[in-house]
Amino acid sequence: MGQIETVLQRFQTNTRDNLLPILQEIQQETGFLSEEAIIKVSGYLKIPTSKIYAVATFYDQFRFTPRAKYRIKICSGTACHITGAENILSQLEKRLNIKAGETSKDAMVSLEISQCIGACGLAPVILVNDTFYAVVTAEKIDEIVDFVKGTSGN
Amino acid sequence: MIFNIEVNDKTIKAKKGDTILETLRKNGITVPTLCNMETFTPTGACRICVVEVEGRDDLVTSCSHPVEEWMKIKTHSPRVIRARRTIVELLLSSHPDDCLYCIRNGCCELQQLARELGIRERRLPVVKPLRKKDPSSASVVRDPAKCILCGRCVRICKDRIGISTLDFIGKGMETTIGPSFNNKLNVSNCINCGQCIMVCPTGALHEKDNISQVMEALQNPEKYVVVQISPTVSISLAEEFGSKAGKEMSGLLISTLRKMGFNRVFKTAFAADIMINQVAEELFQRLENGANLPMFSSDCPAFIKYMEEYHHDLLQNISLCKSPQQIMGSLIKHHYARQQKIKAENIFSVSLMPCTAKKFEAQREENTHKGISDIDTVLTTREVVRLINLFGLDMQQSVPELADSPFAIRSSSGKIIGTSGGVAEAVYRTLYYKLTGKNLVNFKIAPLRVNKNIREFHSKVGNHKIGFAAVNGLENARELINQVKAGRNDLQFIEVMVCPGGCINGGGQPITKNTEIAKARVKNMYDIDEKDSIKVSYKNPAVIDLFGKYTGKEKDSFLEKLTTTYQKRDVLL
Repeated sequence: MGQIETVLQRFQTNTRDNLLPILQEIQQETGFLSEEAIIKVSGYLKIPTSKIYAVATFYDQFRFTPRAKYRIKICSGTACHITGAENILSQLEKRLNIKAGETSKDAMVSLEISQCIGACGLAPVILVNDTFYAVVTAEKIDEIVDFVKGTSGN
Repeated sequence: MIFNIEVNDKTIKAKKGDTILETLRKNGITVPTLCNMETFTPTGACRICVVEVEGRDDLVTSCSHPVEEWMKIKTHSPRVIRARRTIVELLLSSHPDDCLYCIRNGCCELQQLARELGIRERRLPVVKPLRKKDPSSASVVRDPAKCILCGRCVRICKDRIGISTLDFIGKGMETTIGPSFNNKLNVSNCINCGQCIMVCPTGALHEKDNISQVMEALQNPEKYVVVQISPTVSISLAEEFGSKAGKEMSGLLISTLRKMGFNRVFKTAFAADIMINQVAEELFQRLENGANLPMFSSDCPAFIKYMEEYHHDLLQNISLCKSPQQIMGSLIKHHYARQQKIKAENIFSVSLMPCTAKKFEAQREENTHKGISDIDTVLTTREVVRLINLFGLDMQQSVPELADSPFAIRSSSGKIIGTSGGVAEAVYRTLYYKLTGKNLVNFKIAPLRVNKNIREFHSKVGNHKIGFAAVNGLENARELINQVKAGRNDLQFIEVMVCPGGCINGGGQPITKNTEIAKARVKNMYDIDEKDSIKVSYKNPAVIDLFGKYTGKEKDSFLEKLTTTYQKRDVLL
């Protein structure tokens, strides 16, 4: 049985209110929402794929391409925005040669913009996988890029 | 409960439970709307219908707010007009400025609003997100750049058609409307009914325009250009050319088409009579064998695609008879071509239909033989209107003419198939004759003419208990199909028309919000039925004559050309 079926099996009732938890768990297990996953959820919950895609694309938390090894999230909450999140993003985009929402071709690194992650006192904040980088400066960006690129072998 | 409220310093009557908008409309006060759809729950999304209510700080969306006794309303105060104007300006700021080249130029709700609100300059900077056109479907073209996100297509596709092909994708500035995974329409579950076009306020959704192919064929001296007119098209043009809505324009249309250079003009209703006879015969056989009942009608191509996608376990329950368009197409390219000694490949066969799905039907594999399509091009009623205007022809100045033989005569059964219940009624008339050998005394089957989404008629004919149902609006058909799957067995024939009201309200018809027009068309169809001398398809002399030409093996091959096949379709549901 595939990962998606395993997730679906955990939900005993196939009612609409389970849609979001199901999508969240599938993303947890497989890293993203594939077309295949959405089609299977559609069949299970009897909701048209267009509706599921509509719901999933509404939330920033869902992604539709496979996850990279290093996922850089730039917080775009008010505090981070004011303290230069946009500048950090453009620097990272330039250094990593990918745009926000994209994944590098070797699937090593991806850039995402995230909603407020609730560490406003430490703004601007970025997240690499589960590691926080607080009060990000130009040096810290260098450090992160070196780390990511270093392990990717470039 | 009726009470008084004050609107624009005058007292008007209001009914408890109505929205402010309904109250205003009943009192002849016009408030513009965009996202609002009659008979749908209001959403208050576009906010163009805002009014000022005394005592309320914010403007109120009249479409979604119930009217209350204490209300003093201003519908066109400077503040209200300023708000409406800003909304339209914002919509225009992300809308392309190509009205002159737009298919909806002159009949666009956004254009009309900009005009009515007197917007004369671009005050807000242009933000044009890059959005590509999707011309992939044979029937419906999507142009998301022109979409104003009112959501009307999303709602009709979900609530009336019931398949939810279109939905919102993303959020905020990035929002678009499209099929699952933002795929192309041709690989989606879209059944091509075109009802989304009928509710689209702008040019974001429109029919695939095939006028140029027809023009080209008319200019080509080697092409023998033949056209068939659907019985619904000729009854749906009148208001576009200054006549009363619902008036039969068949004779005028025939002479107008001849002036354009069409070599032959035929009536699809002739083929409809053939279909009715064949469907009745098929039903008669199935009643004898007791197999594959209930039988579903096969003339709605949108319904066929729906069944192929969603209910392939019931495909054997659909009549195998081709639709009238395809019967006529086959007759023209095979029978007529041979009779007139014209090569089939030199014939260009055009079909005028109230329907966008017919464009898809014409392209189906089953309807092409050795690389030659039975129908080359389908024009919707809207395209017919544009074609007539393109030629600068005045319909009113024309003298009515008759269609060309041998496909010129119809019974009134062949006419009424354009409205929901019409096919069922027509088939019943012929089936009755087949079962009893007698003609029906009263041709009018009243239960199939009531203004309901699901109509049923039960009777006893000979030894048979006969149940007929006619359903319009695909969402309602789904209900009936589920009943059949659950074991309901008192129905023998089910007519399904995907569009609400049937073909008279098809996705290719002139776009209007006036619901009276469709009613006028139905009324006139039944009036024609009342007046005509031949009311049953089996008495159509031209059909009898045609069928008399074939015997033995030739007849078998002739009859085979009147049937088609269906296949399971794997699409994203």
